[in-house]
Amino acid sequence: MAKSALLKSSLAKKYWMAFTGLFLCTFLVGHLLGNLQLLLPVSEAARDQFNEYALFMTTNPAVMILSYVTYISILFHAIDGIVLTVRNRKARPQKYVNFKPSTNTRWASRNMGILGTVILVFIVIHMQMFWAEMKFGSLEAYSTASGAQVKDLYTLTIQSFQDAEYGLIWVIVYVISMIAIAFHLSHGFASGFQSLGVNHPKYNNFIKKFGYAFAILIPLAFAIIPIYIHFGLEKI
Amino acid sequence: MKLTLKIWRQKNAKAKGSMQTYNISDVSPDMSFLEMLDVLNDSLIEKGEEPVEFDHDCREGICGTCSLQINGEPHGPDRGITTCQLHMRKFKDGDTIVIEPFRAAAFPVIKDLVVDRNSFDRIQQAGGYISVNTSGNTQDANSLPIPKEDADMAFYAATCIGCGACVAACKNASAMLFTSAKVSQMALLPQGKIEASERVLAMVDQMDKEGFGNCTNTGACEIECPKGISLENIARMNREYLKASVK
Ligand code: HEM
Ligand code: SF4
Ligand code: FES
Repeated sequence: MAKSALLKSSLAKKYWMAFTGLFLCTFLVGHLLGNLQLLLPVSEAARDQFNEYALFMTTNPAVMILSYVTYISILFHAIDGIVLTVRNRKARPQKYVNFKPSTNTRWASRNMGILGTVILVFIVIHMQMFWAEMKFGSLEAYSTASGAQVKDLYTLTIQSFQDAEYGLIWVIVYVISMIAIAFHLSHGFASGFQSLGVNHPKYNNFIKKFGYAFAILIPLAFAIIPIYIHFGLEKI
Repeated sequence: MKLTLKIWRQKNAKAKGSMQTYNISDVSPDMSFLEMLDVLNDSLIEKGEEPVEFDHDCREGICGTCSLQINGEPHGPDRGITTCQLHMRKFKDGDTIVIEPFRAAAFPVIKDLVVDRNSFDRIQQAGGYISVNTSGNTQDANSLPIPKEDADMAFYAATCIGCGACVAACKNASAMLFTSAKVSQMALLPQGKIEASERVLAMVDQMDKEGFGNCTNTGACEIECPKGISLENIARMNREYLKASVK
């Protein structure tokens, strides 16, 4: 029983959900640190730096392993999340006529599935826009000052958000998605710890507060980047 | 007080139920909620109608038999009490009160407001016990030292009366607060440690088989629980289960 329990039971699903969710939180931090380079003033050096970084992220074996773990985590988290959401609905086939969950729960905690779906749609759009272009698209390659052969992801990114027709729409799409992540994590961060059994009066408060700070600051920093590129950065 | 009651009526487990409206006028604010329903039933019987079936037993908050989803919350708007401890002074003259049975796939309606909570008993029977005979050979309490904190937490977990409000309040109809209380009251004490692994595996397995939902840690259960059973117990169950499954 023990072996299958770790795969099939309700609690096992929760462990995987929490484990992949918290892993994705660390991924967000790494991803953000890379993206912050986009806030540098437009220059050849900034362009070279970002493109060399992108090359490193797509070719370094250790980073590549990490990125596959990330893809698998997203896939697992999304499938598991959808399975859980469907099962949870089935557990109450006859709905209440009058149900007031707002008296005892927060909105985000009740809408993790919807928030997650918004995030999933965003991830697909985002990968299509940049990752697929980098991997399979016809991105222009050039030599940087240090002689590395790189694809010009930098220019693609900046131009996407500065585009006269669609730039603003993309900024709005990105900002909305970051709001969804913020709400997802405002519940998810602390919830992940609870699922893994980490709950003690001594540090519960810290986890909750840290979770809120994380849920606000990380998506906020992400969201500032496209906003700044569109409204603040020199046009290229 | 004058009240309008919207009550779920259902002839039997198979019948399709519906909400029915009743007007009731001679309600005293000092009545308990169940006494108010008694008054309604008296008037229905006088009129030759079928009285509203609802669960109750001790009427003093210790047995867990009374249920009812009242205005969208199990046991009504108050905290830390059962329906038998809810008083009509919590409502205003002229209020409309919506009364429904606890809703969960694992709590099928038997009649009107009465649901079958045997799924809880089956979870208990799956492992919520210790396999030693405790009658007739009681040990001296001091021969088995237990840290005060553990004894207290086991006691708090043991105050769960199996009412099912946690399931009723949960958007997922999850029974994890109940199950975790029953796991914790044993797991915290030396007598319960011996069978701890089998217990948690068997009880969670039964909980899943009954068709309860999964915990999303929304915390509704903890807030609606008449005994204030804490989410800490769910975390403890999650630890116990993780330990037991990697063994
Ligand atoms: C950046 C991406 C994401 C991060 C960092 C993230 C993080 C988390 C965390 C930490 C949790 C709490 C786990 C727990 O309660 O044990 C969670 C829960 C959840 N996530 Fe995500 N998530 C992400 C994307 C997604 C996606 C794409 C979906 C797709 C449907 C999703 C659906 C869910 C659902 C449904 C839950 C609640 C599960 C439950 O407890 O019932 N998430 N997420
Ligand atoms: S945990 Fe609380 S709400 Fe759930 S059955 Fe026990 S006493 Fe009732
Ligand atoms: S009737 Fe016993 S707790 Fe309400």
